[in-house]
Amino acid sequence: MATQNGATQNGNGNHDKKALVVVQLSGGNDTLNTVVPYNDGLYYDFRQKVKLDGDKVLPISDGLGFNPSMAPIKRLWDEDKVAVINGIGYPNPNRSHFRSMDIWHTALPDDIGRDGWLGLATRELDPKGDNVLTAVNFGRGLPRALSVRGVPVASVGNLETYGLFPDMQDEMMRNFALEAFSQMYGGSQGRDRVMDFLGQTGRDALKGADILRTAPERYSSSVEYAANPIAQSLKNVAQTLFADLGTRIFYTQHGSFDTHSGEIETHSKLWDEVAGGIGDFYDDLREHGREDDVAILVFSEFGRRIKDNGSGTDHGSGGSAFVISGQVNGGLYGNYPSIAPEDQLEGDLQFNNDFRTTYSTLLERWFGIDSGPIVNGRFEQYDFLPA
Amino acid sequence: MTTTTTTTDLALMAHLMRRAGFGAGREELEEKVARGYENVVEDLLNPSGDRQTLPEDLIRRYHVEHSEMRDLSGAGANWMYRMITTNQPLEEKMALFWHSLFATGYAKLNQARALLNQIDMFRRAGFGRFTDILVELSKDPAMIIWLDNNDNHNGAINENYGRELLELFSMGIGNYTEDDVKEASRAFTGWTLKNAEYMSMRAMKDSIWPYSRIAWHFEFRDQDHDTGEKVFLGERGDFGGDEIVEIICRQDATARFVCTRLFQFFAADEIDGAGEATIEQMMASYFESDYEIRSVLRTLFNSDYFKGEGARYARVKAPVETVVGAVRMAGSYRQPTLGVNQLASQAFFMGQGLLQPPTVEGWHEGIEWIDSGSLVERVNFAAAELGDASNPGVRSIADRLARDGGRHQSPEQVVDGCLDLMGPLSVEDDTREAIIGFAAQFGDVDMDDEDSRQAVANVMRLIASSKEYQLA
Repeated sequence: MATQNGATQNGNGNHDKKALVVVQLSGGNDTLNTVVPYNDGLYYDFRQKVKLDGDKVLPISDGLGFNPSMAPIKRLWDEDKVAVINGIGYPNPNRSHFRSMDIWHTALPDDIGRDGWLGLATRELDPKGDNVLTAVNFGRGLPRALSVRGVPVASVGNLETYGLFPDMQDEMMRNFALEAFSQMYGGSQGRDRVMDFLGQTGRDALKGADILRTAPERYSSSVEYAANPIAQSLKNVAQTLFADLGTRIFYTQHGSFDTHSGEIETHSKLWDEVAGGIGDFYDDLREHGREDDVAILVFSEFGRRIKDNGSGTDHGSGGSAFVISGQVNGGLYGNYPSIAPEDQLEGDLQFNNDFRTTYSTLLERWFGIDSGPIVNGRFEQYDFLPA
Repeated sequence: MTTTTTTTDLALMAHLMRRAGFGAGREELEEKVARGYENVVEDLLNPSGDRQTLPEDLIRRYHVEHSEMRDLSGAGANWMYRMITTNQPLEEKMALFWHSLFATGYAKLNQARALLNQIDMFRRAGFGRFTDILVELSKDPAMIIWLDNNDNHNGAINENYGRELLELFSMGIGNYTEDDVKEASRAFTGWTLKNAEYMSMRAMKDSIWPYSRIAWHFEFRDQDHDTGEKVFLGERGDFGGDEIVEIICRQDATARFVCTRLFQFFAADEIDGAGEATIEQMMASYFESDYEIRSVLRTLFNSDYFKGEGARYARVKAPVETVVGAVRMAGSYRQPTLGVNQLASQAFFMGQGLLQPPTVEGWHEGIEWIDSGSLVERVNFAAAELGDASNPGVRSIADRLARDGGRHQSPEQVVDGCLDLMGPLSVEDDTREAIIGFAAQFGDVDMDDEDSRQAVANVMRLIASSKEYQLA
């Protein structure tokens, strides 16, 4: 496999070009209807209503098939670009959205942590904070995963309107206001520590916005993304990536996957959007020769109950995550949990591999940074990325 | 009798209302100046009359999420709305203070109603004796689950609550031993919830809640309480939780801890020598009043330090203060509409999600509120609220400006007038010049012209984006 940077021999030797794109499936994605055990009669016993028929799923192995809405990911699977990590989770699973998401974000299952794993990774990648765009979140409000004190992360609602005064419709007025802002924050220094800090921070914010604003202007592609939020976020990721602003970590999310009722319709629409967005994004990467520079991690805070509730499914444990990249050794990782009654955990899937194994693999093999302090321990690594 | 309102009096009253509340408009400030500073302090410290312009049952009827309060966004919206419309601003500000100090979060509880009950307890008990506050806190169901006191059993202690009570809530690290932590934890065994096992299991499971949540209640379990002798901070006895709290409140370290936190929340982020002396005065009031928080605050608000120039704009506004202050000034969100949910989210985007502190330590405050992401959110929010000429508060500032400043006003007059009416806020020359430069592009303003309202709003937008506006 040839890559642009010639790092063929040692896999991803050239770490400093690598970027990670996280797609968070918020609300608890139903694993059983994502990677479907369609040959297992028990699946149809437990899922009387909220089920996918074996002739509809997209088979990926003996007995497992993707949700029919995942065709674009199936296409990448067929090219060996998709690692599916089944049975992923952590001990003593928590079925609260907030708490479980916190655990995934801080890589600390037992304590309430402060630092986000990707915030810590950002600090490793850019120790002096030279680039205000090393990590970019597409969405409002910083996810805990990216939050570490002193590590600047840009949170971008919409790349086209990102920056100050997005409510101002009149472009000329907005430019006048931006100019005045720049004067107010660029004033003389050294009189007051707090004022100096505010001035510096304001200038950083303007600089980040100015740089980011150039990304859509410089972008051209034949790929047409869908109009839904996740596809648009992934388009924004592509625009920022191709503008070569030094961004290494991109964060996006989509949802809500909290399908307590009406699951079949909702879940299939959500996966249409996520898989479509990822498929388009991958095509875009390929068109720009960047498919070996980017890894996409798709995860959710937990899976859902094995037995359906007649219309949807309740909160469960144990899930499936995905890592997609030109550099990935496609295939199945972890074990698909048994759904036999004696193997269940309070009606849910048992996890069999710690999510920090996947994190460690990405940190060490993709970014070339020490994972121990970030994931709070030593975990083995998967071979879905070359060592 | 006629009273002359001096600029000095007005600026001082504006300062008090920013700190002991969320800011006040010019007419309100003038009324309060006429009433006298010390009287106003007493009014704030002794809330009476209707708390809200709308009673709570009407608020809830307006907005079903406020009423159901099973999840975070409805509960956050409910509190945010109460801060925006309260007639007792210091009561809400104190609730925010205690919430910042005794930071309890939704993540582990999945029980927004229990959190709002805790906030209500802060409203009820927050000015009273510190002893009573700590006892109420120790019996608070949300706190019991948050710090695992439901797992603190006779013969098998869980130290989480005992430790944080000493470290984060009262004395601060370095003033007690590990043995004190264990002994305090023993004294709080049996302080739990009714049906605690089931309730904690429900909090863990967090599946769908078709009938909302079951209310939580405190329960003392006699048979699970360790009645044996304890040695705590050098004293010996068969202490229960109440006695432990009494001993804690007697300590100098506790007085210093709570007075310092109150000083930083109400007076200044940084403590200089004069600030240190003020904290000493607050500590004296703490002991003289038998640990009453109201007395400590009275001493602070009436101190020379608080009233002096050194304390003026010496705090970085917390995100919640930024949102509530801007909305109160703009006069928007006077009804509990759906948009109030968005306001709670706005504070979260700026780094302070109500009822979702980042850890048991609460938020890191002061200058740490500011980073490039949060600053963009603060500026964009306040600028949009105060730059919107259709907001009633913005119009009333423009009207006042027209009344006081005459029909034709130069850009300098408009800028100085807005700085005065939005504060009075004194700004660096660079800031003032930048705003005047912006305003000058549109020339003099004819205040009889409807367009003048937009011109004033444009200036207010820039003031709301300034460095100085980030401070309170």
